[in-house]
Amino acid sequence: MNRSAGSSARDRHPLPKRSLFDPRIVRGALVEAVKKLHPRVQARNPVMFVVLVGSVVTTVLFIVDAGGNTAAENVFAALVTLFLWFTVLFANFAEAMAEGRGKAQADTLRKTRAETMALRRRPDGTVEKVPATQLTVGDECVVAAGEIIPGDGDVIEGVASVDESAITGESAPVIRESGGDRSAVTGGTRVLSDVIVVRITARPGETFLDRMIALVEGAERKKTPNEIALNILLSGLTIIFLLAVVTLQPFAFYSGAQQNVVVLIALLVCLIPTTIGALLSAIGIAGMDRMVQRNVLAMSGRAVEASGDVTTLLLDKTGTITLGDRQAAAFVPMPGVSEDRLAIAAYRSSLADDTPEGRSIVSYAKAHHGVEGHGVNGHGQGDTAVLVPFSATTRMSGVDDDGYQVRKGATDAVQRWVKESGGEVPGALADVAEGIAGAGGTPLAVAEVHDGTARVLGVVHLKDVVKAGMRERFDQLRAMGIRTVMVTGDNPRTARAIADEAGVDDVLAEATPEDKLALIRREQRGGALVAMTGDGTNDAPALAQADVGVAMNTGTQAAKEAGNMVDLDSNPTKLIEVVEIGKQLLITRGALTTFSIANDVAKYFAIIPAMFSGVLPALDRLNIMGLASAESAILAAVIFNALVIVALIPISLRGVKFRALTAATMLRRNLLLYGLGGLVAPFVGIKLIDIAISALGVF
Amino acid sequence: MSGAGWVQFVVLIIVLLVTAPLLGRYIARVYGDEKKAPGDRVFLPVERLIYRICRVDPEREQRWTRYALSLIGFSLVSFLALFGLQRLQGSLPLNPVELPSVAPNVAFNVAVSFTTNTNWQAYGGESTMSHLTQMGGLAVQNFVSAAVGMAVMAALIRGLARRRASTLGNFWVDLTRGTVRILLPLSFLVALVLISQGVIQNFNGHTVATTVEGARQLIPGGPGASQIAIKQLGTNGGGFFDMNSAHPFENSTVVSNFVETWAILIIPFAMAFAFGRMVGDRRQGRAVFGIMLAVWGAMSIGAMLTESGGNPRLDDLGVSQTITEDQSGGYLEGKEVRFGPAASGLWAASTTGTSNGSVNSMHDSATPLGGGLAMAHMMFGEVSPGGVGVGLNGLLIMAILAVFIAGLMVGRTPEYLGKKIQAAEMKLVMLYVLAMPAVLLTFAAISAVYGNALGSLNNDGPHGLSEILYGFASAANNNGSAFAGLDSSTTWYTTTQGIAMLVGRFLLIIPVLALAGSMVRKERVPASPGTMPTHTPLFGGLVVGVVVIVAGLTFFPALALGPIVEHLSL
Amino acid sequence: MRRLSIRLNGPWTGPLTAAVGMLLVFTLITGVVYPLAVTGVAQVAFNDQANGSLLERDGEVVGSRWMGQPFTSVEYFHSRPSAVEYDGSASGGHNLGPTNPVLLDEIDRLAGEYRQVNGLAADADVPVDAVTASASGLDPHISVANAVLQADRVAVERGVPVDEVLRLVDEHTSGRTLGFLGERGVNVLELNLTLDGLSSRS
Repeated sequence: MNRSAGSSARDRHPLPKRSLFDPRIVRGALVEAVKKLHPRVQARNPVMFVVLVGSVVTTVLFIVDAGGNTAAENVFAALVTLFLWFTVLFANFAEAMAEGRGKAQADTLRKTRAETMALRRRPDGTVEKVPATQLTVGDECVVAAGEIIPGDGDVIEGVASVDESAITGESAPVIRESGGDRSAVTGGTRVLSDVIVVRITARPGETFLDRMIALVEGAERKKTPNEIALNILLSGLTIIFLLAVVTLQPFAFYSGAQQNVVVLIALLVCLIPTTIGALLSAIGIAGMDRMVQRNVLAMSGRAVEASGDVTTLLLDKTGTITLGDRQAAAFVPMPGVSEDRLAIAAYRSSLADDTPEGRSIVSYAKAHHGVEGHGVNGHGQGDTAVLVPFSATTRMSGVDDDGYQVRKGATDAVQRWVKESGGEVPGALADVAEGIAGAGGTPLAVAEVHDGTARVLGVVHLKDVVKAGMRERFDQLRAMGIRTVMVTGDNPRTARAIADEAGVDDVLAEATPEDKLALIRREQRGGALVAMTGDGTNDAPALAQADVGVAMNTGTQAAKEAGNMVDLDSNPTKLIEVVEIGKQLLITRGALTTFSIANDVAKYFAIIPAMFSGVLPALDRLNIMGLASAESAILAAVIFNALVIVALIPISLRGVKFRALTAATMLRRNLLLYGLGGLVAPFVGIKLIDIAISALGVF
Repeated sequence: MSGAGWVQFVVLIIVLLVTAPLLGRYIARVYGDEKKAPGDRVFLPVERLIYRICRVDPEREQRWTRYALSLIGFSLVSFLALFGLQRLQGSLPLNPVELPSVAPNVAFNVAVSFTTNTNWQAYGGESTMSHLTQMGGLAVQNFVSAAVGMAVMAALIRGLARRRASTLGNFWVDLTRGTVRILLPLSFLVALVLISQGVIQNFNGHTVATTVEGARQLIPGGPGASQIAIKQLGTNGGGFFDMNSAHPFENSTVVSNFVETWAILIIPFAMAFAFGRMVGDRRQGRAVFGIMLAVWGAMSIGAMLTESGGNPRLDDLGVSQTITEDQSGGYLEGKEVRFGPAASGLWAASTTGTSNGSVNSMHDSATPLGGGLAMAHMMFGEVSPGGVGVGLNGLLIMAILAVFIAGLMVGRTPEYLGKKIQAAEMKLVMLYVLAMPAVLLTFAAISAVYGNALGSLNNDGPHGLSEILYGFASAANNNGSAFAGLDSSTTWYTTTQGIAMLVGRFLLIIPVLALAGSMVRKERVPASPGTMPTHTPLFGGLVVGVVVIVAGLTFFPALALGPIVEHLSL
Repeated sequence: MRRLSIRLNGPWTGPLTAAVGMLLVFTLITGVVYPLAVTGVAQVAFNDQANGSLLERDGEVVGSRWMGQPFTSVEYFHSRPSAVEYDGSASGGHNLGPTNPVLLDEIDRLAGEYRQVNGLAADADVPVDAVTASASGLDPHISVANAVLQADRVAVERGVPVDEVLRLVDEHTSGRTLGFLGERGVNVLELNLTLDGLSSRS
C-alpha cells in the first residue's frame, strides 16, 4: 500500500519547485496585462472598471489641459495619470500571473499531447502508431522508458517509474504498476524506466489534461457564490466612495476651494477598494491552482469554496484512519500452552497465508518470539509438508505434515475443526476471543492435531493500526470546528474501539452506502456541510449528496462524475488538506479585503489636507504624516495604492499562511495582522514615497 | 467637566444597566413566539377588540412581502390622513386660535416627518398646528410610527431566530402589541413623573401674566407631558413647544431632564436584550448592548467634554467659562443654566444616537466639535442605540457587514447566528448601507451650491455647511433634530427633506424585511469552534470599527469642510 | 359596483382596510383616551405643576416658577440674555455658530454692559451665563457666580445689607438634586419676588 501516513502533501513540498515569479510566466503575464485592458474584460470587475475610466479621463484632461498648465502642473497630472494606468495594469498583471502559472503547465502539456504518438496494441498483440488524440476508451498502449503516456488510463501490465511533474509540479518520480491503487496514470506524464501497458480510460477531449486546461485557463471560470457576494460589497463601497468624491466638489465649491478633476479622480481611486478588487480573481484562480498542485482536480471554484465551509468530514476507516490492514499485535496462549509454542504454530500456519494479515503474523513471530528458520513442519525440513491455503469454506489456512496438522482461522471455524478432530475446546477460548473483539481487534484461533490429539493452542490478536499522527490531526480539525465521522463496515464495538484510539468524534459502523447517504442527509438537515471521499459506484449517490465529494482517481467513472473533486493520488487522507485549502482561499480574500478597506484611513489623511490646506490652512493640521507638499502627498497616495497591489501578489497567489486554530483565535490574529496592519502600513508607505518624491526634487 | 457631571453620567449608565434587561425581557415576551406574555389579562381583551374592529386575523402569519405591504399600506394611510388633516384644519373643529390650513409643501413635509418617526419640524412651532392636528394627527403618529419601527425589528429577529420557516409574524399584531403593551403603559408612567416635576398637562389656553416689571407675558398651556413622554420613549423627538426639551414647560428640572434622557435611551437599549432572548442566545444580546453602549458612551463623553471645555473665542472677550462651585462653566450659548454643559452634551449624544431628535440645548450653537460629534453620531446610521426597533435593525445590519468582511478571515462562508451571509443578503445589506449616504450627500451637495437653498442658512462659512449637513443627516436618519438656524420651511427644503426622510425610512425598512425574509428560510448552522464568535468583545470592537470606518470614510471629506475645519480654526 | 368589488380584491385590499381601521382605533386610544387619562390624573395629583407652576402676587399671576422673565431695573437681579426677550409664546435661541462674528460682537457688547451695570473693572471676567442666550430664551435661572456679582448692585439700590441679599441668593439656589443631577442655579423670578416682599414689609 502506498497510502502511508506520511504521504500527505504537508510532508512533501507544499508547493511545486516552480518559483512564484518564474521569468517565463512573468513575461507572459506582462503581455496579458496589457491585453486585458479591453473594456469588455474590465467591465467584469466594477472596481477596476472605475479605475480604468478614471485613467482615461485623466489622460484626456492631461492632453487637453497641457497647453494651459504650468510645467509643474503638467508633471503632476502626468505622474498621476501614469500611476492610475499602472494600477489597472498591476491588477491585470496579478490575474495574468495566477492564470499564467496554470497555463504554463497546460501549454507544455497541450504541446506534448499534440505531438505525442501512441503505440496502440492490436488484439493480435502487434502494435500500430497512432496520434494520441485518436485514442478512445479501452485502447491499450505500450509505453516504454523515455516515452510520454498518451492518455489517462490504468496500467494493466508491468511496473514503471513515472515523472508526473508536468502536471503535479512534483519532480520526484512515482511508481505506477498494474493492479491495486497505483495503476492510474495520467496522459502527458513521462515514463522514466521500464515498459508498461496502459488501458485508456478517458474519452478523447475529456482527459484530466483537457479539464485542467479548461479550468486553469479560466475558459469556464464562473464567479463563485462568495466571490459574487464579495463583489457586491466591493461595488457597494465603490458607489459610496463615488458619492463621497462627486459630492465633495460642491462642498469644495461652497468652501471656495474648487478642486482639480485629476485630484478628485486620484482621491476616488485611492478610496475604492482597488487592492482587493485587483487581486480577487487572482486569489480564486490561485486557490484552484493549489488544489491542482495537491493533485486534486476541483470541478468548480464553488467546490473549493465549499470545502472551506465543511463542518463534518466522513472518513473511511480503512486507508484513511488506519493503515488498511489488520496486523498481529499479540499471541494469547490457552492455559497450559507456552507463548512461544503458540508463536511457532501461528508462524507455521501463516506461511501459506499470503494475505497482509498472514504476513504480519509471520513477521510478528519473528520479531517478538525469535521464531526463525523453522521449516514448514517445524521439525526440520520435510518434503511431506502440504500447505493448506485459505478457502472460503474452511475459513482456515495451515499446514499438514505427516500427521501433524496446524490450522489458523476464524474462531468458530477452528473450534469446529478441533471438535471434529476429537479434541476439547477450552472454555478460555471464547473469553479471549470475546475480549479481543471487544477491544476492536480480530481474534484468530490457532489449533493443532499432534499425534492424534487435537487442541487449541491460543489466539492471535489482529488489530487495525491507526496511522501515526491521526489523533493530532483530528484534534486540529476539532479545534477548527470540524466534526469527524469514521465510516466502516466493522461491527459497532470494533468500530468504536478504533474510533476511540484514533480520536474521531463519531462512528458509522456496519455502514452500507445507503447508511452513508442517510447520514449525510441527516447532517445536512442539522445545518452541517459534509465532505466525503468515495470510489465505488455505490458511493456515487453519497458523493453527489455531499457538499464536497472527493472521488478517488482509481475509482469508478460513476463515482468520479458524482463527486465535485477528483483526487489523482487516490489518497483519502487528502480530504483534510482539501478543507484547509478551501479555508485558506476564504481567509486570503477576507484578509485582503480588510487590509484594503483599512488602508483608506491613511489615504484620507494624506489627500484631504493636501486638497484643502491651500484655501483652509487650518486643515493642514490633519497632515499628520507631515507630507512635503500637496502634490507629493497626492502622488504618494496614488503610487502607494498602485504598488501595494504588486506587493500583495505573492500573498494572493500563495494564500495567507494557514494554521489550524479556533475561529476566535484566527480572527484575533488576522484582524491584528491585516486590520491593524492595513491601518498602519499606508501611513509608513505613503510617508516613505513622499520622502522619495521630495528627495528626487519632483515637487 | 465637573465631578457631578461624571457621576450623573455613570448613574445613568447604571440605571440603564438595571432597567434595560428587565424591559428587554418583557419586550421579548411581547414579540416572542410563546403564547403567553405578562399582562395578558389586561391587554388581550383590548387587543382582541382591536383585531375584531379591523378584521385582522391575529393567528395568520405573513411572509415578508405581505408584512412589508401591510407596513407600507399603514404608513401610506397615516401619511394621507395627516396630510389631509393639516390641509383642512382651517375648517375643522378644535381650532380655537383659528389657525389657517397648513401650506401644501409644509404639510407634505410634516406628514412624512411624523409617519417616518423623524419628527423634523419644518413648521413654526406652536403657531401652526391646531389642537385637532396635534392630538388626532401628530400625537397618534408618535405612538404608531414608533410601533412600526418595533414591528420591523420583531420581524427581523424572527427572521434570524426561526429556521426553515417562511413567515415573519403578523404586522397588525406587532403594531397593536407594541403600542398597547409597551408604548402606552410606559408613556403613562413617564408622563406622570414629568408632571410632578413641573411639565404642564392641561387643556388651558394661554395664561396672561403681568411680570414683576409690569410687562405682559403669555404662559402657554396644553397637554404637554402626555406628548413629551411618548416623544422621548418612541424616539420621535417632536417637541410640544418650539424649543423642545429646552423649554421649561417640557423639561423643568434636572430630575425631569434625567428621566427624559433615560426615556430616550431605554427602549432602544432594551431591544438588545430582547434580541438576545428571542434568538435564544442571551450573549448575543449582551454583545449588541455592549456595542451600542460603547459608541453612545464614547460620543457622550466627547460631547460633554467639548461643551464643558467652552468656546476659546470667548476667552478673549473676558468671559469666564471655568468650572467652579458657583457656575457650571463651559459654553452656555444655547444652553440652560439648570442643565449646564454636561447634561446638555449627554443629551445631544443621546438624542442623535437614537434618532430621537429632541433637544435640551441648541445644537447649532454648540462648539464645532460638539455639533460635529452630534452630526457624526447620526451619520453612523443611528445604531447607538438607534431608534426604537430601527436602531437594532441598523446595528444588526452593521454586524452582518462586519461578519461578512471579517468572517472570511476565519476561513468559512460568513454566517451570523448560524445563518450564512451570501450574495442575496449582501445585496440587501449594501442597499441599506447605501441609501442613507446617497440621499444625504446628494441633497447636501446640491444645497451647498444652490442659491435658493443657501438663502436658508443662518450662518456662513464652515458653520453654514454644517447646518446643511446636519439637516440632511437628521432627515436621512429620521432623527429630527436640527441645527435650528437653518430655515427649513422653504419649498426646497420641505421637499428634499421630505424625500430624504422617506428614503431614510422605507429604503431601510424594506431591505431589512427582505433580509428577514431571506434569513428565515435558512437553516442555522450549529455553532462550533470553527464559527466566528459574535458575542465577544473582539467582535464588538469589530462592529464598532465597521460602523465608524464606513461612516468615517463616507463622510470625512464633507465633515472636514464643516465642523472639522471650524474646530481647527478656533 | 362590479368594478369596485374587483378592485377591493386586489393585494392591497387587506392591508388598506386594516390600515384605516388601525389608524382610527389608535387615533382614539392614543390621541384621545391617553391624553385625557394623563390629564385627569395630573389635575388631581399634581394640580399646581400640571397647570404651569404659576406664581401669584396679590391674586395676580406674575409668571411661572419655571419661566424666566426679563428684568431691566437695577434693583432687580437680571435674567440671562434671551433671543426672544422671554416671550412665553415663542421660545427660541440665537442659533448662531460659535465662531459667528455677529454672536461674538453681541457677547462682547453684553459683557461690557454687564461690567458697567454691576460696577466691575473693565477687564473683569464675566460669568458665561450672563452674556449668552439660553436655548429656550426662557431660562428661569442664572448661575450663582452671576448672582453674586449682581448682589452688590441690588443691595445698594435697595438699601439692604449685602449679606442679606447674599443669604436670599443662597435661599433661592437650587442645588444639584441628589448631589449630582444638573447644575446649581438661582431662580431669578422667585429671588426678585422675595426681594420685593422684603421692601414692601419694611
